[in-house]
Amino acid sequence: MPQFWMEDFAPQMVWLVISFIALYLLMARVALPRVANVLETRHGRIADDLDQAAQLKAQAETVISEYEAALAEARAQAQATIAQAGAEAAAAAEKRNAEVAEALAAEAAAAAERVMAAKNDALTELRGVATELAQAAAERLLDGSVEAADVEAAVDAAMPENTNGS
Amino acid sequence: MTAERHIDHSSPMHQFVIGRLNDWQLGGLDISFSKAAAFMFGAVIVATLFLVLTTSKRAMVPGRWQSVAELWYEFIADMIKETIGSEGRKYFPFVFSLFSFIVMCNLLGMLPYSYTVTSHIAVTITLALSVFILTTFIGITRHGTHFLSFFVPKGVPLVMLFLVVPIEVLSYFMRPISHSVRLFANMTAGHTMLKVFGAFVVQMGVFGVLPFALIVALTGLEVAIAVLQAYVFTILTCLYLNDAIHLEH
Repeated sequence: MPQFWMEDFAPQMVWLVISFIALYLLMARVALPRVANVLETRHGRIADDLDQAAQLKAQAETVISEYEAALAEARAQAQATIAQAGAEAAAAAEKRNAEVAEALAAEAAAAAERVMAAKNDALTELRGVATELAQAAAERLLDGSVEAADVEAAVDAAMPENTNGS
Repeated sequence: MTAERHIDHSSPMHQFVIGRLNDWQLGGLDISFSKAAAFMFGAVIVATLFLVLTTSKRAMVPGRWQSVAELWYEFIADMIKETIGSEGRKYFPFVFSLFSFIVMCNLLGMLPYSYTVTSHIAVTITLALSVFILTTFIGITRHGTHFLSFFVPKGVPLVMLFLVVPIEVLSYFMRPISHSVRLFANMTAGHTMLKVFGAFVVQMGVFGVLPFALIVALTGLEVAIAVLQAYVFTILTCLYLNDAIHLEH
Protein backbone atom coordinates (compact mmCIF):
# COMPACT_ATOMS: atom_id res chain seq x y z
CA MET A 1 0.00 0.00 0.00
CA PRO A 2 1.39 3.43 -0.95
CA GLN A 3 0.03 4.72 2.38
CA PHE A 4 2.82 2.85 4.21
CA TRP A 5 5.75 4.01 2.09
CA MET A 6 7.57 5.80 4.85
CA GLU A 7 9.67 7.96 2.50
CA ASP A 8 6.45 9.66 1.32
CA PHE A 9 5.54 10.76 4.84
CA ALA A 10 7.90 13.74 5.11
CA PRO A 11 6.88 15.57 1.91
CA GLN A 12 3.17 15.08 2.67
CA MET A 13 3.56 16.34 6.21
CA VAL A 14 5.60 19.36 5.11
CA TRP A 15 3.04 20.44 2.50
CA LEU A 16 0.16 19.61 4.82
CA VAL A 17 1.56 21.94 7.48
CA ILE A 18 2.19 24.70 4.92
CA SER A 19 -1.22 24.39 3.25
CA PHE A 20 -3.08 24.07 6.53
CA ILE A 21 -1.41 27.17 7.95
CA ALA A 22 -2.31 28.98 4.73
CA LEU A 23 -5.92 27.83 5.06
CA TYR A 24 -6.02 28.84 8.73
CA LEU A 25 -4.75 32.34 7.94
CA LEU A 26 -7.12 32.74 4.99
CA MET A 27 -10.08 31.58 7.08
CA ALA A 28 -9.21 33.58 10.20
CA ARG A 29 -8.27 36.78 8.39
CA VAL A 30 -10.41 36.81 5.24
CA ALA A 31 -13.23 34.31 4.89
CA LEU A 32 -14.66 34.01 8.41
CA PRO A 33 -14.80 37.78 9.15
CA ARG A 34 -16.70 38.20 5.86
CA VAL A 35 -19.32 35.59 6.69
CA ALA A 36 -19.54 36.82 10.29
CA ASN A 37 -20.02 40.38 9.01
CA VAL A 38 -22.86 39.29 6.73
CA LEU A 39 -24.56 37.37 9.54
CA GLU A 40 -24.09 40.15 12.08
CA THR A 41 -25.37 42.78 9.68
CA ARG A 42 -28.48 40.71 9.10
CA HIS A 43 -29.06 40.03 12.79
CA GLY A 44 -28.47 43.71 13.56
CA ARG A 45 -30.85 44.72 10.80
CA ILE A 46 -33.55 42.37 12.05
CA ALA A 47 -33.14 43.62 15.62
CA ASP A 48 -33.24 47.24 14.37
CA ASP A 49 -36.37 46.55 12.36
CA LEU A 50 -38.08 44.99 15.36
CA ASP A 51 -37.04 47.96 17.52
CA GLN A 52 -38.32 50.37 14.93
CA ALA A 53 -41.61 48.49 14.65
CA ALA A 54 -42.06 48.60 18.42
CA GLN A 55 -41.24 52.33 18.43
CA LEU A 56 -43.72 53.01 15.64
CA LYS A 57 -46.37 51.02 17.45
CA ALA A 58 -45.82 53.04 20.63
CA GLN A 59 -45.96 56.23 18.57
CA ALA A 60 -49.20 55.15 16.94
CA GLU A 61 -50.70 54.39 20.33
CA THR A 62 -49.69 57.81 21.63
CA VAL A 63 -51.25 59.45 18.59
CA ILE A 64 -54.44 57.46 19.05
CA SER A 65 -54.75 58.40 22.71
CA GLU A 66 -54.02 62.05 21.88
CA TYR A 67 -56.65 61.98 19.16
CA GLU A 68 -59.17 60.44 21.53
CA ALA A 69 -58.42 63.09 24.18
CA ALA A 70 -58.82 65.84 21.58
CA LEU A 71 -62.07 64.29 20.43
CA ALA A 72 -63.43 64.16 23.98
CA GLU A 73 -62.40 67.77 24.57
CA ALA A 74 -64.06 68.93 21.37
CA ARG A 75 -67.22 67.07 22.29
CA ALA A 76 -67.29 68.70 25.74
CA GLN A 77 -66.67 72.13 24.17
CA ALA A 78 -69.47 71.60 21.69
CA GLN A 79 -71.79 70.57 24.50
CA ALA A 80 -70.87 73.71 26.46
CA THR A 81 -71.40 75.93 23.39
CA ILE A 82 -74.81 74.34 22.76
CA ALA A 83 -75.83 74.88 26.39
CA GLN A 84 -74.64 78.53 26.30
CA ALA A 85 -76.44 79.23 23.05
CA GLY A 86 -79.62 77.68 24.46
CA ALA A 87 -79.38 79.85 27.58
CA GLU A 88 -78.75 83.01 25.52
CA ALA A 89 -81.68 82.26 23.25
CA ALA A 90 -83.95 81.67 26.24
CA ALA A 91 -82.85 84.96 27.85
CA ALA A 92 -83.42 86.88 24.60
CA ALA A 93 -86.88 85.34 24.17
CA GLU A 94 -87.83 86.25 27.74
CA LYS A 95 -86.63 89.81 27.28
CA ARG A 96 -88.64 90.22 24.10
CA ASN A 97 -91.71 88.69 25.77
CA ALA A 98 -91.39 91.22 28.58
CA GLU A 99 -90.99 94.10 26.11
CA VAL A 100 -93.97 92.99 24.07
CA ALA A 101 -96.07 92.54 27.23
CA GLU A 102 -95.09 96.05 28.40
CA ALA A 103 -95.93 97.56 25.03
CA LEU A 104 -99.27 95.79 24.99
CA ALA A 105 -100.04 96.97 28.53
CA ALA A 106 -99.16 100.53 27.57
CA GLU A 107 -101.35 100.33 24.48
CA ALA A 108 -104.22 98.87 26.52
CA ALA A 109 -103.92 101.69 29.05
CA ALA A 110 -103.93 104.31 26.28
CA ALA A 111 -106.98 102.70 24.72
CA ALA A 112 -108.78 102.67 28.08
CA GLU A 113 -107.99 106.34 28.50
CA ARG A 114 -109.32 107.12 25.05
CA VAL A 115 -112.50 105.18 25.85
CA MET A 116 -112.91 107.10 29.13
CA ALA A 117 -112.39 110.44 27.35
CA ALA A 118 -114.95 109.54 24.70
CA LYS A 119 -117.38 108.48 27.45
CA ASN A 120 -116.92 111.79 29.29
CA ASP A 121 -117.37 113.73 26.09
CA ALA A 122 -120.53 111.78 25.38
CA LEU A 123 -121.81 112.39 28.92
CA THR A 124 -121.06 116.07 28.71
CA GLU A 125 -122.82 116.25 25.39
CA LEU A 126 -125.70 114.25 26.87
CA ARG A 127 -126.10 116.76 29.75
CA GLY A 128 -126.14 119.64 27.30
CA VAL A 129 -128.74 117.88 25.16
CA ALA A 130 -130.72 116.86 28.27
CA THR A 131 -130.61 120.42 29.63
CA GLU A 132 -131.76 121.87 26.34
CA LEU A 133 -134.51 119.25 26.04
CA ALA A 134 -135.60 119.80 29.65
CA GLN A 135 -135.59 123.60 29.20
CA ALA A 136 -137.58 123.33 25.97
CA ALA A 137 -140.03 120.86 27.53
CA ALA A 138 -140.40 122.94 30.67
CA GLU A 139 -140.94 126.18 28.72
CA ARG A 140 -143.55 124.40 26.56
CA LEU A 141 -145.33 122.98 29.63
CA LEU A 142 -145.12 126.18 31.66
CA ASP A 143 -145.55 128.48 28.70
CA GLY A 144 -142.97 130.91 29.94
CA SER A 145 -139.23 131.16 30.22
CA VAL A 146 -137.37 129.05 32.65
CA GLU A 147 -134.11 130.02 34.21
CA ALA A 148 -131.24 128.03 32.61
CA ALA A 149 -129.52 127.61 35.97
CA ASP A 150 -132.58 125.94 37.48
CA VAL A 151 -132.80 123.48 34.60
CA GLU A 152 -129.13 122.63 34.90
CA ALA A 153 -129.48 121.97 38.61
CA ALA A 154 -132.51 119.79 37.98
CA VAL A 155 -130.67 117.80 35.26
CA ASP A 156 -127.67 117.38 37.51
CA ALA A 157 -129.89 116.07 40.24
CA ALA A 158 -131.69 113.72 37.89
CA MET A 159 -128.52 112.26 36.28
CA PRO A 160 -126.96 109.34 38.07
CA GLU A 161 -123.93 110.21 40.11
CA ASN A 162 -121.69 107.64 38.46
CA THR A 163 -122.18 108.93 34.92
CA ASN A 164 -120.99 112.29 36.06
CA GLY A 165 -117.41 111.60 35.04
CA SER A 166 -114.29 113.61 34.42
CA MET B 1 11.67 5.00 -7.47
CA THR B 2 12.75 1.61 -6.26
CA ALA B 3 11.43 -1.59 -7.78
CA GLU B 4 9.52 -2.68 -4.67
CA ARG B 5 7.62 0.58 -4.71
CA HIS B 6 6.30 -0.04 -8.17
CA ILE B 7 2.53 -0.50 -8.36
CA ASP B 8 0.84 -1.61 -11.55
CA HIS B 9 -1.40 1.03 -13.10
CA SER B 10 -4.39 -1.33 -13.04
CA SER B 11 -4.08 -2.00 -9.29
CA PRO B 12 -6.81 -0.48 -7.08
CA MET B 13 -3.94 0.83 -4.93
CA HIS B 14 -2.42 2.86 -7.75
CA GLN B 15 -4.75 5.78 -6.99
CA PHE B 16 -3.03 6.24 -3.62
CA VAL B 17 0.45 6.93 -5.01
CA ILE B 18 1.21 10.51 -4.02
CA GLY B 19 2.58 11.26 -7.48
CA ARG B 20 5.81 13.16 -6.94
CA LEU B 21 6.26 15.98 -9.42
CA ASN B 22 9.88 16.86 -8.51
CA ASP B 23 12.58 15.90 -6.07
CA TRP B 24 13.07 18.93 -3.82
CA GLN B 25 15.32 18.59 -0.78
CA LEU B 26 15.79 21.13 2.00
CA GLY B 27 18.66 20.37 4.36
CA GLY B 28 18.05 16.64 4.15
CA LEU B 29 14.26 17.04 4.46
CA ASP B 30 12.29 15.69 1.52
CA ILE B 31 9.93 18.47 0.46
CA SER B 32 9.09 17.12 -3.00
CA PHE B 33 5.94 18.64 -4.41
CA SER B 34 3.42 16.01 -5.42
CA LYS B 35 -0.13 15.46 -6.60
CA ALA B 36 -1.00 15.14 -2.88
CA ALA B 37 0.41 18.61 -2.11
CA ALA B 38 -1.36 20.04 -5.15
CA PHE B 39 -4.71 18.71 -3.90
CA MET B 40 -4.03 20.12 -0.43
CA PHE B 41 -3.62 23.57 -1.97
CA GLY B 42 -6.63 22.84 -4.17
CA ALA B 43 -8.72 22.30 -1.04
CA VAL B 44 -7.37 25.56 0.45
CA ILE B 45 -8.15 27.51 -2.72
CA VAL B 46 -11.62 26.00 -3.26
CA ALA B 47 -12.68 26.57 0.37
CA THR B 48 -11.39 30.16 0.40
CA LEU B 49 -12.80 31.10 -3.01
CA PHE B 50 -16.15 29.53 -2.20
CA LEU B 51 -16.54 31.48 1.04
CA VAL B 52 -15.26 34.74 -0.42
CA LEU B 53 -17.19 34.65 -3.70
CA THR B 54 -20.52 33.53 -2.24
CA THR B 55 -20.43 36.36 0.31
CA SER B 56 -19.29 39.01 -2.20
CA LYS B 57 -22.84 40.38 -2.60
CA ARG B 58 -23.38 40.48 1.18
CA ALA B 59 -27.06 40.06 0.42
CA MET B 60 -29.54 40.77 3.20
CA VAL B 61 -31.65 37.92 1.88
CA PRO B 62 -29.08 35.26 1.00
CA GLY B 63 -29.14 33.47 -2.33
CA ARG B 64 -28.56 29.75 -2.71
CA TRP B 65 -24.75 29.85 -2.61
CA GLN B 66 -24.55 32.44 0.16
CA SER B 67 -26.91 30.25 2.20
CA VAL B 68 -24.46 27.36 1.85
CA ALA B 69 -21.60 29.54 3.12
CA GLU B 70 -23.72 30.77 6.04
CA LEU B 71 -24.90 27.25 6.84
CA TRP B 72 -21.30 26.02 6.75
CA TYR B 73 -20.24 28.78 9.15
CA GLU B 74 -23.15 28.29 11.55
CA PHE B 75 -22.80 24.51 11.46
CA ILE B 76 -19.31 24.75 12.98
CA ALA B 77 -20.25 27.68 15.27
CA ASP B 78 -23.19 25.69 16.68
CA MET B 79 -21.06 22.56 17.03
CA ILE B 80 -18.54 24.47 19.15
CA LYS B 81 -21.28 26.17 21.17
CA GLU B 82 -22.94 22.85 21.94
CA THR B 83 -19.82 20.83 22.77
CA ILE B 84 -17.51 23.41 24.37
CA GLY B 85 -19.67 26.43 25.15
CA SER B 86 -18.67 30.07 24.97
CA GLU B 87 -15.02 29.33 25.85
CA GLY B 88 -14.69 27.44 22.58
CA ARG B 89 -15.15 30.61 20.51
CA LYS B 90 -11.36 31.19 20.53
CA TYR B 91 -10.79 27.91 18.68
CA PHE B 92 -13.47 28.57 16.06
CA PRO B 93 -11.04 29.47 13.23
CA PHE B 94 -8.96 26.35 13.93
CA VAL B 95 -11.95 23.99 14.07
CA PHE B 96 -13.51 25.64 11.02
CA SER B 97 -10.25 25.30 9.06
CA LEU B 98 -9.91 21.67 10.13
CA PHE B 99 -13.43 20.81 8.99
CA SER B 100 -13.10 22.77 5.74
CA PHE B 101 -9.75 21.21 4.90
CA ILE B 102 -10.96 17.65 5.50
CA VAL B 103 -14.34 18.04 3.82
CA MET B 104 -12.76 19.72 0.78
CA CYS B 105 -10.02 17.08 0.47
CA ASN B 106 -12.64 14.32 0.81
CA LEU B 107 -14.99 15.85 -1.76
CA LEU B 108 -12.24 16.75 -4.25
CA GLY B 109 -11.19 13.11 -3.95
CA MET B 110 -14.61 12.09 -5.24
CA LEU B 111 -13.96 13.72 -8.63
CA PRO B 112 -12.88 11.28 -11.37
CA TYR B 113 -9.08 11.07 -11.92
CA SER B 114 -8.47 13.05 -8.75
CA TYR B 115 -6.47 12.21 -5.65
CA THR B 116 -7.71 11.88 -2.06
CA VAL B 117 -5.36 13.62 0.37
CA THR B 118 -7.11 12.18 3.44
CA SER B 119 -6.61 8.57 2.30
CA HIS B 120 -3.06 8.78 3.66
CA ILE B 121 -2.26 7.98 7.28
CA ALA B 122 0.62 10.46 7.09
CA VAL B 123 -1.90 13.26 6.57
CA THR B 124 -4.53 12.14 9.08
CA ILE B 125 -1.98 11.37 11.83
CA THR B 126 -0.45 14.83 11.36
CA LEU B 127 -3.86 16.44 11.79
CA ALA B 128 -4.76 14.17 14.73
CA LEU B 129 -1.40 14.77 16.43
CA SER B 130 -1.82 18.51 16.00
CA VAL B 131 -5.18 18.27 17.75
CA PHE B 132 -3.68 16.02 20.44
CA ILE B 133 -0.75 18.33 21.11
CA LEU B 134 -3.00 21.41 21.05
CA THR B 135 -5.55 19.95 23.47
CA THR B 136 -2.87 18.63 25.85
CA PHE B 137 -1.14 22.03 25.75
CA ILE B 138 -4.43 23.82 26.49
CA GLY B 139 -5.18 21.39 29.32
CA ILE B 140 -1.80 21.87 30.98
CA THR B 141 -1.66 25.66 30.58
CA ARG B 142 -5.23 26.11 31.85
CA HIS B 143 -5.12 23.67 34.76
CA GLY B 144 -1.40 23.07 35.56
CA THR B 145 -0.83 19.89 37.55
CA HIS B 146 -4.55 19.69 38.18
CA PHE B 147 -4.76 18.47 34.57
CA LEU B 148 -3.59 15.03 35.84
CA SER B 149 -6.92 14.70 37.70
CA PHE B 150 -8.41 14.11 34.24
CA PHE B 151 -6.99 10.56 34.46
CA VAL B 152 -8.58 9.92 37.88
CA PRO B 153 -12.35 9.52 37.50
CA LYS B 154 -14.41 10.69 40.48
CA GLY B 155 -16.25 8.18 42.69
CA VAL B 156 -14.01 5.23 41.87
CA PRO B 157 -12.79 3.12 44.87
CA LEU B 158 -9.09 3.49 45.64
CA VAL B 159 -8.29 -0.15 44.81
CA MET B 160 -9.90 0.18 41.40
CA LEU B 161 -7.86 3.32 40.65
CA PHE B 162 -4.75 1.12 40.17
CA LEU B 163 -6.57 -0.40 37.22
CA VAL B 164 -8.60 2.61 36.01
CA VAL B 165 -5.83 5.21 35.90
CA PRO B 166 -3.52 3.24 33.54
CA ILE B 167 -6.53 2.56 31.29
CA GLU B 168 -7.43 6.25 31.27
CA VAL B 169 -3.84 7.23 30.46
CA LEU B 170 -3.63 4.62 27.70
CA SER B 171 -6.96 5.63 26.19
CA TYR B 172 -5.85 9.28 26.25
CA PHE B 173 -2.70 8.48 24.29
CA MET B 174 -4.63 6.25 21.90
CA ARG B 175 -6.81 9.21 20.92
CA PRO B 176 -4.69 10.47 18.00
CA ILE B 177 -4.45 6.93 16.63
CA SER B 178 -8.19 6.22 16.62
CA HIS B 179 -8.81 9.78 15.51
CA SER B 180 -6.54 9.46 12.47
CA VAL B 181 -7.11 5.82 11.51
CA ARG B 182 -10.90 6.33 11.36
CA LEU B 183 -10.61 8.95 8.63
CA PHE B 184 -7.75 7.29 6.73
CA ALA B 185 -9.43 3.84 6.76
CA ASN B 186 -12.80 5.17 5.63
CA MET B 187 -11.29 7.06 2.72
CA THR B 188 -8.96 4.24 1.66
CA ALA B 189 -11.66 1.55 1.90
CA GLY B 190 -14.23 3.56 -0.02
CA HIS B 191 -11.92 4.51 -2.87
CA THR B 192 -10.46 0.99 -3.12
CA MET B 193 -13.95 -0.50 -3.28
CA LEU B 194 -15.02 1.90 -6.03
CA LYS B 195 -11.89 1.03 -8.02
CA VAL B 196 -12.46 -2.74 -7.58
CA PHE B 197 -16.04 -2.50 -8.78
CA GLY B 198 -14.86 -0.27 -11.60
CA ALA B 199 -12.55 -3.06 -12.74
CA PHE B 200 -15.49 -5.48 -12.63
CA VAL B 201 -17.48 -3.27 -14.99
CA VAL B 202 -14.72 -3.65 -17.57
CA GLN B 203 -14.14 -7.37 -16.97
CA MET B 204 -17.78 -8.48 -17.05
CA GLY B 205 -18.62 -7.07 -20.46
CA VAL B 206 -22.40 -6.76 -20.94
CA PHE B 207 -23.06 -7.86 -17.37
CA GLY B 208 -20.88 -5.00 -16.23
CA VAL B 209 -24.13 -3.04 -15.98
CA LEU B 210 -24.69 -4.64 -12.56
CA PRO B 211 -21.46 -3.45 -10.90
CA PHE B 212 -21.91 -0.14 -12.73
CA ALA B 213 -25.28 0.38 -11.04
CA LEU B 214 -23.63 -0.54 -7.76
CA ILE B 215 -20.88 2.03 -8.39
CA VAL B 216 -23.49 4.74 -8.94
CA ALA B 217 -25.09 3.91 -5.60
CA LEU B 218 -21.72 3.59 -3.83
CA THR B 219 -20.56 6.93 -5.20
CA GLY B 220 -23.56 8.56 -3.52
CA LEU B 221 -22.70 6.74 -0.33
CA GLU B 222 -19.05 7.82 -0.59
CA VAL B 223 -20.04 11.47 -0.93
CA ALA B 224 -22.10 11.10 2.23
CA ILE B 225 -19.17 9.39 3.97
CA ALA B 226 -16.82 12.15 2.81
CA VAL B 227 -18.94 14.75 4.63
CA LEU B 228 -19.75 12.48 7.57
CA GLN B 229 -16.11 11.60 8.29
CA ALA B 230 -15.13 15.26 8.15
CA TYR B 231 -17.93 15.91 10.66
CA VAL B 232 -16.79 13.03 12.90
CA PHE B 233 -13.17 14.23 12.86
CA THR B 234 -14.30 17.77 13.72
CA ILE B 235 -16.72 16.88 16.50
CA LEU B 236 -14.11 14.62 18.12
CA THR B 237 -11.72 17.58 18.00
CA CYS B 238 -14.40 19.66 19.76
CA LEU B 239 -14.91 16.97 22.41
CA TYR B 240 -11.14 16.76 23.04
CA LEU B 241 -11.00 20.56 23.32
CA ASN B 242 -13.89 20.44 25.76
CA ASP B 243 -12.08 17.82 27.87
CA ALA B 244 -8.98 20.03 27.96
CA ILE B 245 -10.93 23.16 28.86
CA HIS B 246 -13.40 21.70 31.37
CA LEU B 247 -11.62 18.49 32.54
CA GLU B 248 -14.90 16.61 32.46
CA HIS B 249 -15.56 13.03 31.61
